[in-house]
Amino acid sequence: MAAALALAQPEADAFGQELDRIRAEVLAERGAEDARYIRTLITVHRALEAGGRAALAVSLLPPAWLAGTAMLTTAKILENMELGHNILHGQWDWMRDPAVHSTTWEWDFPTPAAAWKHTHNDLHHTWTNVVGRDRDLGYVALRMSEDQPWHPVHLLQPLYGGPLLAPLFEWAIALYDLEPEAVVQGRKSVRAFLGDLAGMARKAARQFTKDYVLFPLLAGPSALPCLLGNLTANVTRNIWAHTVIFCGHFPAGAESFTEDEIEGESRGEWYVRQALGSANIDGGPLLHILTGNLSHQIEHHLFPDLPSNRYAQIAPRVRKLCEKYGIPYTSGPLPRQYASTWARIWRLAIP
Amino acid sequence: MVGVLRHLARPVWQGAGRLTTPLLPDDFLTVVDPLWSARWPAGRVEVVRAETADATTLVVRVGRGWSGHRAAGQYVPVGVAVGGVLHWRTYSITTPPDGSGRFAITVRAIPDGRVSTHLAHRARPGETLRLGPVQGDFVLPDPPPARLLFLTGGIGITPVVAMLRALALRTGCRPDTVLVHSAPDADRVVFGGELRAMAARESGFTLYEHHTRREGRLDRARLDALCPDWAERETWACGPDGLLAFAERAWRDADARHRLHLERFRLPSLAAPGSGSGGHGGRVRFTRSGVETDADSATPLLDVGEAAGVVMPSGCRMGICHSCVSPLSAGRVRDLRTGDVHGEPGDLIQTCVSAACGPVHIDL
Repeated sequence: MAAALALAQPEADAFGQELDRIRAEVLAERGAEDARYIRTLITVHRALEAGGRAALAVSLLPPAWLAGTAMLTTAKILENMELGHNILHGQWDWMRDPAVHSTTWEWDFPTPAAAWKHTHNDLHHTWTNVVGRDRDLGYVALRMSEDQPWHPVHLLQPLYGGPLLAPLFEWAIALYDLEPEAVVQGRKSVRAFLGDLAGMARKAARQFTKDYVLFPLLAGPSALPCLLGNLTANVTRNIWAHTVIFCGHFPAGAESFTEDEIEGESRGEWYVRQALGSANIDGGPLLHILTGNLSHQIEHHLFPDLPSNRYAQIAPRVRKLCEKYGIPYTSGPLPRQYASTWARIWRLAIP
Repeated sequence: MVGVLRHLARPVWQGAGRLTTPLLPDDFLTVVDPLWSARWPAGRVEVVRAETADATTLVVRVGRGWSGHRAAGQYVPVGVAVGGVLHWRTYSITTPPDGSGRFAITVRAIPDGRVSTHLAHRARPGETLRLGPVQGDFVLPDPPPARLLFLTGGIGITPVVAMLRALALRTGCRPDTVLVHSAPDADRVVFGGELRAMAARESGFTLYEHHTRREGRLDRARLDALCPDWAERETWACGPDGLLAFAERAWRDADARHRLHLERFRLPSLAAPGSGSGGHGGRVRFTRSGVETDADSATPLLDVGEAAGVVMPSGCRMGICHSCVSPLSAGRVRDLRTGDVHGEPGDLIQTCVSAACGPVHIDL
């Protein structure tokens, strides 16, 4: 399946060393400018959130509804992706600011940050696209690699993998991060599961109450449009996150691996696998910010804890390195990558 | 009335928290003005005043989250962003507590000192600083003793100048006060002008300047000459290690050690910064678990802890996922990927790619 993994280990290690040099250069340059970037983004997010909430409080007026919903949607997208995802990765831990740190950050998502850090930062990023190890390869429910066994339920994956999943993405991820299948398989105790479930339920209740009870109540006569605005913002954010995330590892060109293939993997080979298993989205700076720079999925998987604002800067060098070593660098505009992802979902729905 | 408002404010604030969840109302206030934050107390530099060629006074306006200070002579932890990285240092407050919502610190640039050179040479009015809780018991009793001696060297004058300013504000009977201050020369006496004016104005205050460039280090004979009754005076001393060692010896020899109060700026560190490039491991203490073990310079602290039976947070074990970050309470560590030696108390370190570099305390 993954032909390029046949890259000899010395070459893979040389590739890894060149990547390590890029990483070291970024670390040496990282400083006040980067800190200003993330602080500015935090300010923009909080201003948009406050502005959106204020406008939706008077959203009986249609222009207020439109403006409020647009601001809140943008705020939620920034908060989840460029802020939450990246801060929880520890990309900004180097600032040593406890207010912007992976150990203290909490995000506007039903999944508690701690649960997310385990399933995402650890499991997914270490075992990227390895069948049987990376749960994100289809999120347990979808068949995204030919190496995954087919089950009749996969016939329905074009339905539950998109139209059903996308609008409810945050709730599906919250459920998924509880690792329910691990309980069935006996890898996780029922007690641990119930503890995690209680933590998730507490957080989810606060999330739900905020958007669907308290703000609508405060909006008085604008209660219904306010509630609909909040719902629109959450659903739009969910669909967008689903789109970007599915384009990260599933378009044609992004490969998957078997456990046998990664047996005794060196650090260089780990780098090769990260590059092979990820796919980028081409676009301008605005697209990159709105995707939380997951449009630079390859760079993100090579260097998950480098500050996201640096990915665009190193991307041309990473692409050149990949060319030099004959490693496919998968990249394309959003519509093409999205269509390609859907082609895979359809194709693998049947045996 | 204020009490009633406070009583009402809490539920209102908690209600607001339901709206801002998972953030706090404070997280929104702080982007409007960091001084409004109660969670991350902050201050803003209002005035920057050069004292000597390498010492600068900063007048700081404090935000609502800062708990204030109790007595002259105490010190405050100050968080400064240098190159985007927050660094903490402690500085003696040079002003007495006066309810003005401001305090001053005076910082002398240490060569190669990242934070001190920033504050002394590059800080400008408007810069935001984080503030920690005021600490320290290097303070005068109330009422002060009838006869006082201050023995200071260099920038060690800072806590003492706060006490002198506090004494000058006292109404009624003031103690008989002597200050023996040691500095290279007259130009490098921080607060020189103010101290000399104070000595000229106040009959109960005597200032002796000892200039080491001309007169050499302060010794017992010189002290006897300047202030013959030094052993009978309640004494507060602050300055370089050499001066404090001299004071401890002299006061002990005179059986007056109980009258000597010392303030050291440099805390005794476990491993001298920068000494770690040679590559030694060290004794590792997991402070909360109460476990101690030896570690070499190549084994990640994560493995060291696990081998010793400490419950260590862990994840990828290769330095990418940040699941293992744990608070360093003392010592320094080496990044096994880059070889860099780093670490200050309070840093969160990735234990899976950090090895001990000298004795280390981990808050686990």
